[in-house]
Amino acid sequence: MNDVPGLHAFLAELSPVAGQLPWPRHHLDLAGWRVLARRLDGSTWSLLGLWGEPATIHAAFRDEVDGAVAAVNLNCPERRYPSLSVARPAAIRLERAARDLFGLIADGAVDERPWLDHGRWREDHPLARPRLPGEAAPAKAVDALDYPFLPVDGDGLHQIPVGPVHAGIIEPGHFRFHANGETVVRLEERLGYVHKGVEKLMQGKSAGDAIKVAARLSGDSSVALGLGFARAAEAATLTEVPARAHWLRALMAELERMANHFGDIGAICNDASFTFIHAHCSAMREAVLRSAASCFGHRLMMDCVVPGGVAADLTSGGTAELARLVNDLAQRFEYVMRIYDAKASLLDRTLGTGVTLGELVHRFGAGGYVGRAAGRSFDARRNPGYPPYDELDFDVPTMTEADVHARLWIRVEEIRQSLKIVRQILAHLPMGPVQAPLRARAGEGMALIEAFRGECLTYVRLDVTGHVERAHQRDASWFHWPLLESAVLGNIVADFPLCNKSINGSYSGHDL
Amino acid sequence: MTAALLQVAQIALVVLLAPLMTGLVRLIKARLLGRRGPPLLQPYRDLTRLLRKDAVLAANASWLFRAAPYFVFALTWLAASLVPGVTAVLALAPTADLIALIAILASARFLLALAGMDVGTSFGGIGSSREMLIAALAEPAMLMVTFTVALVAKSTSLSEIARFIIGGGVGLEVSLALALMAVLMVAIAENGRVPVDNPATHLELTMVHEAMVLEYSGRHLAMIEAASMLKLLTYASMIACIFVPWGMAVEATPHALLLGLVTYVAKLAAAAVLLAVFETSIAKMRVFRVAEFLGGALMLSLIATIVRLMSEGL
Repeated sequence: MNDVPGLHAFLAELSPVAGQLPWPRHHLDLAGWRVLARRLDGSTWSLLGLWGEPATIHAAFRDEVDGAVAAVNLNCPERRYPSLSVARPAAIRLERAARDLFGLIADGAVDERPWLDHGRWREDHPLARPRLPGEAAPAKAVDALDYPFLPVDGDGLHQIPVGPVHAGIIEPGHFRFHANGETVVRLEERLGYVHKGVEKLMQGKSAGDAIKVAARLSGDSSVALGLGFARAAEAATLTEVPARAHWLRALMAELERMANHFGDIGAICNDASFTFIHAHCSAMREAVLRSAASCFGHRLMMDCVVPGGVAADLTSGGTAELARLVNDLAQRFEYVMRIYDAKASLLDRTLGTGVTLGELVHRFGAGGYVGRAAGRSFDARRNPGYPPYDELDFDVPTMTEADVHARLWIRVEEIRQSLKIVRQILAHLPMGPVQAPLRARAGEGMALIEAFRGECLTYVRLDVTGHVERAHQRDASWFHWPLLESAVLGNIVADFPLCNKSINGSYSGHDL
Repeated sequence: MTAALLQVAQIALVVLLAPLMTGLVRLIKARLLGRRGPPLLQPYRDLTRLLRKDAVLAANASWLFRAAPYFVFALTWLAASLVPGVTAVLALAPTADLIALIAILASARFLLALAGMDVGTSFGGIGSSREMLIAALAEPAMLMVTFTVALVAKSTSLSEIARFIIGGGVGLEVSLALALMAVLMVAIAENGRVPVDNPATHLELTMVHEAMVLEYSGRHLAMIEAASMLKLLTYASMIACIFVPWGMAVEATPHALLLGLVTYVAKLAAAAVLLAVFETSIAKMRVFRVAEFLGGALMLSLIATIVRLMSEGL
């Protein structure tokens, strides 16, 4: 076992370290990229992200044995690179997105259909470099307007197209079910309906402006996404953030996590038509949001995290209010969860429903409650970790059942941990400034942040004037959505909403 | 003459009361959740709003799709008018027996299921197929209940049954208790209530009744919504008429009628409260558990019939 080199050692053999993001970055040549692609099969290196640039492809990995993180890139002026999607299925949609945005073609890709581009953009490949004189447009494998869904084959199968417009007020996404009567035999997702051009919007903006875009990629994860951008920009400029800012960021992030988990737990129960828990969880979510508004000036704490620190300081009144909030919530929450635990008709719906295959969860490197409900105990707050979580006492709950109940119960445990964390932060919040100016320095940085859904990867490269050259965010949803396709297999069509809500992928966060 | 007048009053009363009962169920459910809830009269406003709105039709909708809501409403209204509520003295009482009532409601359901499939959307098809699955299980159970009651009261006419029971013709009867449980289960399934279906859901994949009518809008939807409200009232009235008929006016005296009206409204209100409490306390079951649930109802009604037959024999 020990003769297998770790990720860092393996990459160091391929090429020297070309930078710290704070994790090592390696420029690979084509041969090196190919060696890596072959080596992925059978390795324990999970894909953290894959993103393009006009003539470069980037990828980031984590060694699941020692937790080492590393980034690699390959210059591809011909706009072609060897695909990673055979060994890492998580790369399939990322490669398709890179092709739509940059015209970068993955050779040997598992799936060549467009992904974000539905054939309705004003221009193809909006982020690609300007075409050279006489150069042909990057090839499109398939006409996006005539998107070929996977074919139905088999006796007695029928298709059920659902969405992108749904009966309820939710985000748009298309789900194509192949069903045998009520049993789902295949689900194919089509996303990209809320593509907003976030990556292009961020380009050329100052870090202070770009973070506002970054924080709006998915409004429910505003703090985490903003924090990711801020930490990546601080890593790029080697800016030191005051201690109090770290603690306040963690405080906001935990409030956001609790608010969303309350919402999710209620919504899952509501999908089983058990409205009682939904009503109570909604009230608790509202209590968190109101406290956030009175302490930080915004219910979702949008734009409270800024590069270099936080925009809003916590007053002593705010500390008292949050202390009251956590005491109140701890009691109410335990009361509601006792009801959940005692409700056989509800547990009958959640237990054993929507099981994600452990093998797939590992291959996709899923994080958050999806990964932790299936035995993966990764939590970006612990590994690679960021301040102030190294000074805080909390557990990372893990279960192995991987069903709707497990994903719900992971959220329950995480709320308990978040309550514990908030209490510690309120007790030990250091004094001092809450913001430091971003240093003027060109550079690139990365950050891995634990949003409520799971790990979000952010990559930022700034020029000397502090303007964004390239920024990319990979929301946890990228690796959760494909697992939904597997979780519903063999379940009945009517249980899809439960499976979907328990995974709760972000449409907006994924569609960029 | 009195019977005819009372019949006309009954026809008007059910259509006026039905939205109120639905509104009461919604209000109590909201209060049980700690919400303020919609005003009691909200269903009336919803219906008038829908009636004022334009109906949007799919391009391939046939005459059946357009006609079905009116037929469904008319049939359900007829069914509701047949069930004695305030009084057993009704002009249509001789024609109104339980089997006819079940047949009328089944016809309405049949039309709605056809309409659900008419436009050819997948949800309509799913809804119709699930609805027919439920119907295929609920109707036999309802018929067995009818037979049990008929064996006890020696009649399938609702007003006769009510008179028989008010007249003290029956003591504590095991078969009727079993039949009551069966009919409650059937009523929940037939009206698309939790745990069988959820009338408030927005999840198109879990819907039964709502999936069938997903394509309807405007006045068509108003008709269907009103029919659903009437159906709920019909079942509540029917159960009250058979199992707790006390208070119902068996003679058309002003005093008896007034008492009948008060007790009828009280019974409906009690039914609304019980329904709301029950729905709040339980999660929806998996679609295929519905078969087991209604199988249970069928079994109960079957046992009720057998118990009755055996006690006859003894």
